[in-house]
Amino acid sequence: MVHLNKTSDGMANLVETSEVKGRSLWADARRRLLRNKAAVASMIILALITLLAIFGPLVSPHPYDEIYWDVMGIPPTLESAHWFGTDSIGRDLFVRTMYGARVSLMVALLATTVSLLIGVVYGATAGYAGGRTDNLMMRFVDIMYSMPFMFFVIILMVIFGRNIFLIFVALGAVEWLTMARIVRGQALNVKNKEFIEAAVASGVSTGAIIVRHVIPNVLGPVIVYLTLTIPQVILIESFLSFLGLGVQEPLTSWGVLISDGAKEMETAPWMLVIPAAFLAATLFCFNFIGDGLRDALDPKDR
Amino acid sequence: MVEHPVTAVLEMNGLTVRFATPEGEVSAVNELNLLVGPGERLAVVGESGSGKSQAFLATLGLLARNGAAGGDVRFHGQPLLGLKSAALNEIRGARIAMVFQDPMTCLTPHLTVGQQLAEVLVLHQRMDKAAARRRAVEVLEQVRIPEATKRMDQYPHELSGGMRQRVMIAMALLCEPELLIADEPTTALDVTVQAQILALFEELCAQRAMGLILITHDLGIVAGLCDRVVVMYAGRIVEQGAVRDLFRAPAHPYTAGLLRSTPQLDQAYGEALETIPGQPPNLQALPTGCAFRDRCARAVARCASERPRLQRTGEGRAVACFKPHGEVM
Repeated sequence: MVHLNKTSDGMANLVETSEVKGRSLWADARRRLLRNKAAVASMIILALITLLAIFGPLVSPHPYDEIYWDVMGIPPTLESAHWFGTDSIGRDLFVRTMYGARVSLMVALLATTVSLLIGVVYGATAGYAGGRTDNLMMRFVDIMYSMPFMFFVIILMVIFGRNIFLIFVALGAVEWLTMARIVRGQALNVKNKEFIEAAVASGVSTGAIIVRHVIPNVLGPVIVYLTLTIPQVILIESFLSFLGLGVQEPLTSWGVLISDGAKEMETAPWMLVIPAAFLAATLFCFNFIGDGLRDALDPKDR
Repeated sequence: MVEHPVTAVLEMNGLTVRFATPEGEVSAVNELNLLVGPGERLAVVGESGSGKSQAFLATLGLLARNGAAGGDVRFHGQPLLGLKSAALNEIRGARIAMVFQDPMTCLTPHLTVGQQLAEVLVLHQRMDKAAARRRAVEVLEQVRIPEATKRMDQYPHELSGGMRQRVMIAMALLCEPELLIADEPTTALDVTVQAQILALFEELCAQRAMGLILITHDLGIVAGLCDRVVVMYAGRIVEQGAVRDLFRAPAHPYTAGLLRSTPQLDQAYGEALETIPGQPPNLQALPTGCAFRDRCARAVARCASERPRLQRTGEGRAVACFKPHGEVM
């Protein structure tokens, strides 16, 4: 009997140690994402670009707006300390590319944060409320959608002058619309699930249900869409800057650099190639991460 | 009707539930009268679509958007229908708890079992996290979940169906409700665990005077656990009475049919199980007269023209039939 008890104790211990703490869906997704080589490589490259954007200008001896009259439009060399060369009026391209990265990444970050905050709350509320509220809220989104965005930005620029924060606002104001639609669709789907009904039956208030039970369950598609929004936002910013509506000289962004470089394409290709390569690499990385996340969060669809 | 203590836990008077569908209005529940006293265990039986679940969803304000409830439902004398959701939330989960049919999908997938159980306690009893956790483990142990502490940190998808069903039951019992509405609560459980859960229900009813409404198809459970049975057909009560009386001598042909179509252990091998012929009527176009008459062997001409009312036939017994069993045909 004693012996028997011992064995069962041992068994209990064995079970106790071998059993891991509950693994959440998120932990599972993280594991799958980390197994995706393209996504991991993209994250590393993106981290490097971000680090460069933050610390690059500190390493370089050149300020971003200083004009070196003696070295206008020189190609990249190591001896001159202009690692990426200079632009057509003699400013250091390395530092300018890094400043461009700062602007582009910041636009990406702020605009997507705005779109995330407004879009998720708005979409989840509309979807969960349903009926007339949903109808009203989504018709407002439709109206916003039908506004010509470029026109909207140009008017803002004319009224308030060129200002980088206006770009954040304008981009965020447009990007949340799609986010709201996606979240609303997901919320409509989630709200008819039994666990929502069970939560209602347990006396959980509507607000708490949206925050605790609806939003976390729609985050999968939201995160995926987010990583695909970021490159879109960077592109729009580049496009606006290319048109001359973006950041103001001497501050720069990748779009501005590409636009300037395009003018010198035949005589000084590096002025176009370097910022374009950074932009392309960043966009690639975000797209790969988005792809990896989609696979990681929804393994059944593969 | 049946004599009841004045302080009925749940009292339904003429509860009617209708759904507006594109094809027209569907009456899921018609003129339902019901009483549950403290500590009383009431079974509601009937086929799928007989309105048994909808009646209680309506009670808790959980009807689908196209549903509308009429009549009067009182919980300790307080009217429930038409109550604002903030007021309902004070009652739901705390004083009236419901266990849903499907254990697979009733738990939020991204929260651990412990988080979900604690949510209810923090919400209703303003407990702090640690106290809520202790109480949750205690209730998980009550519903016979092995290694309850460990289960607290697991996610619903890591538990088996039976385990999840027990978690759902635990969640309903957390706040020591005065009324428990259990919709097929033990379908995913082993018979042995089922017996333990039912014993727990019985204990709670006896000790804390918890009222229990058991919605089920399983007449075996009804016989083992409940005091009274209400048999529903096509949204109406066709028969009610004390479990023993009703099972011994079912008066309504439908009840008799239900009892006969229950498999018996002592039935000879190979002997065909009796069934009730036909299907439940279309609720959108209920026939005139008795809804059961097309499937009824005892139907007479009167059944087609006139709907039988629920008539008291004895102590706590009532039946809605012109030709009940036990009478000369």
